[in-house]
Amino acid sequence: MKIRIKFSKQGSMKFIGHLDIMRYFQKVMRRAEVNIRYSEGFSPHQIMSFAAPLGVGITSSGEYLDIEVLSTDTSKVMVDRLNNAMVEEIRILSYRHLGDASKNAMSLVSAADYTLEFRENYIPANLEEFFENLESFYRQEHIFIVKPTKRGQKEMDLKPLVYRLERRGDGIFMQVSTGSTDNIKPELVMEEFYKSRQWEYPRFAFQIQREEVYGRDDSGRLIPLEEFGEDIE
Amino acid sequence: MRKLALPDEILLSIQQPARYIGGEVNMCVKDPKDVAIRFAMCFPDVYEIGMSHLGIQILYDMFNRREDTYCERVYSPWTDLDKILRENKIPLFALESQEPIKNFDFLGITLQYEMCYTNILQILDLSQIPIHSRDRGDEYPIVIGGGPCAYNPEPLADFFDLFYIGEGETVYDRLLDAYLENKKQGGNRHKFFEMAARIPGIYVPSFYDVTYNKDGTVRGFKPNNINASEKVTKELVMNMDHAPYIEKPLVPFQKVTQDRVVLEIQRGCIRGCRFCQAGNVYRPLRERGLDCLKSYAKQMLETTGHEEISLSSLSSSDYTHLPELVDFLIEQCSLRKVNISLPSLRIDAFSLDVMSKIQDVKKSSLTFAPEAGSQRLRDVINKGLTEEVILQGAAEAFKGGWNRVKLYFMLGLPTEQQEDMEGIALLSEKIAETYYDTVPKEQRHGKAQIVASSSFFVPKPFTPFQWARMCTKEEFLERAYIVKNKFKEMKNSKSLKYNWHEADVTVLEGVLARGDRKVGAVIEAAYRNGALFDSWSEYFDNSRWLKAFEKCGIDPDFYTVRERSLDEIFPWDFIDAGVSKEFLKREWLLALGQKVTPNCRQKCSGCGARQFGGGVCYENKN
Repeated sequence: MKIRIKFSKQGSMKFIGHLDIMRYFQKVMRRAEVNIRYSEGFSPHQIMSFAAPLGVGITSSGEYLDIEVLSTDTSKVMVDRLNNAMVEEIRILSYRHLGDASKNAMSLVSAADYTLEFRENYIPANLEEFFENLESFYRQEHIFIVKPTKRGQKEMDLKPLVYRLERRGDGIFMQVSTGSTDNIKPELVMEEFYKSRQWEYPRFAFQIQREEVYGRDDSGRLIPLEEFGEDIE
Repeated sequence: MRKLALPDEILLSIQQPARYIGGEVNMCVKDPKDVAIRFAMCFPDVYEIGMSHLGIQILYDMFNRREDTYCERVYSPWTDLDKILRENKIPLFALESQEPIKNFDFLGITLQYEMCYTNILQILDLSQIPIHSRDRGDEYPIVIGGGPCAYNPEPLADFFDLFYIGEGETVYDRLLDAYLENKKQGGNRHKFFEMAARIPGIYVPSFYDVTYNKDGTVRGFKPNNINASEKVTKELVMNMDHAPYIEKPLVPFQKVTQDRVVLEIQRGCIRGCRFCQAGNVYRPLRERGLDCLKSYAKQMLETTGHEEISLSSLSSSDYTHLPELVDFLIEQCSLRKVNISLPSLRIDAFSLDVMSKIQDVKKSSLTFAPEAGSQRLRDVINKGLTEEVILQGAAEAFKGGWNRVKLYFMLGLPTEQQEDMEGIALLSEKIAETYYDTVPKEQRHGKAQIVASSSFFVPKPFTPFQWARMCTKEEFLERAYIVKNKFKEMKNSKSLKYNWHEADVTVLEGVLARGDRKVGAVIEAAYRNGALFDSWSEYFDNSRWLKAFEKCGIDPDFYTVRERSLDEIFPWDFIDAGVSKEFLKREWLLALGQKVTPNCRQKCSGCGARQFGGGVCYENKN
């Protein structure tokens, strides 16, 4: 039985890298006594895969992993059981059953939402001016950038891959293309923005949070990954 | 949200920020305001090494059971953060509360190996605590050292306020109670040291004066405070089942060296290898009960979610209930899909059977530690492993499908001759021959792979070899070349591989291991010259140490290559480690006469550790 788990990663846990998060969840499954399926063979491993790796330094309220289980309790019970085996700053948000034919989270990932807040000491003196600049940057028809590739560089248009870019309070909200093709990181968008204004990009200016990760349904609509599954009652 | 000591800008600029944020599964959380004692427990090496240490986990758990105490952890910041902390004058902090160590009541530092001594000064320095005990006022933490290197604390005497000699489980409660009592009475630091000096196992270095002979050896070692006793007797746990163990081991996020549940099955060793400090200072042998171990194993697997469990002891094969314990673990572990690792097992029919049950034969290799290349030299060191046993074990293993063997040796052992060195190659060759003789061509999984490694021998305090002369760097390397050349002559040399350890660092380890108080100045000078992480070959720089010896006018040869007379007073002689100097002397002379001593189960050799009321000799006669 396929299960999709949504979790948040907050506070100091942003310093834990992706590989360590995978190891962390393997141990969580044991502590919470989840009846997870193991691969066959002499050194069996848990059937578990993550949607999209999160960079070190970024917090999230919408991370996903898929597992396979041999049996399970209701979603509510499982969320509680898992949370009892977790550290405070990583929380399970949902535990849902997927249809047997459904694609795994990793191959579904198409877009993600991010919010960016200025860290203390990095707030621009003139916020209004900053956002005016950002708006006019995003209003361009094309945003051509040069991306390093394995064989040198390639020019590409960033604009169609940034689905939304707007002010939210004193911060920024953006929705960008994510996944195995056209994986756009919010840092890249901001770097290009600063470059376009001929400003120096301050590496630590923003605390970035991933808010949600989306896949496309049959009609091509973006929907949060958890909505591909159903709660177990 | 947990508040961190370091801002994001720093944490995102250094390698592995997870080393410094704490917050691991099973971390103890208390409000510092609610406790009377704040104890910082330190392993003076990088997080991944320090977190793998069992002793600290035991003490962490034990201290935190006290409601009035909050025990937190601190490790050596890696060189990248070290630089940033110095430049920005950020005081070193504990992982749990992220608060500066300098505001704690105690800083406890475990002394696991000599080459971490400069890291101790780093910890003090970065914590903004004066590195010399005499310069610390009442506002600073009490700095206490413990662990195996505390059996010769003298090179560190200037830097520590107290040392705890022996096993930590026994008198720490008394020490902490005394601290509270003194605080209540408004007593100062000195007053507390006097109270501490009266607790068994606690050594207050400033309460002793050392005098030296003209030749530099110790002439006398006398207390200068009425509370300090002439001898400090090591502390040890006599009932292992009643001693505290870990209920909820910490589970790091990062991959650490020991990323598994560690089950300590016994302490001490019956074997009596003459080079081995642990085998001597942890005498007598004390086993944990089977039921006790079963419940610990289950509980720790449940609370950690680790995918591996390992047994810990000096010689697991000597544990009385090993077959029952292994059966239990195999059953539990197959249920939970957990791996078992069994280090320090003697290779025999039983262990081969167990190993084939618990691990993939193709992936694993066999390990033998003959320690010396010839039977003559194995008799000198009292390693009761014969060539016949090794070849028999290897043959059995080869029949069972193994084809990889690891062999551990030492070079520079007392009385070692060219034949003994060459014996390392000859024994390796015989093992390779055994493979080709036992396994028919069509059943072989490729060539035999025999990897022999040698370390250089360092004489340690409280061993029969404490009188031994150590080799010079040149002698060590010469011996390694002799072995290497012999390997080249072997018919099966394509199946053999030989590695050896670095010699510079070994010589230094020799100085620190048998050093006296005069060596403290050298450690400090080396640290000022930039020595840090000396146990990491990429950071070790011998020139920093050579300059330090020169500056302090100390000749390293005095501690290493000098011949010691049988009646010399050693800097560590004031410690009673259980094994008597008379016994060690007897063993030293037997070694020189190539005579073996039977193990404790065969016959009691009167080592002296029976005085504690335990051990196989005591139990048999009880």
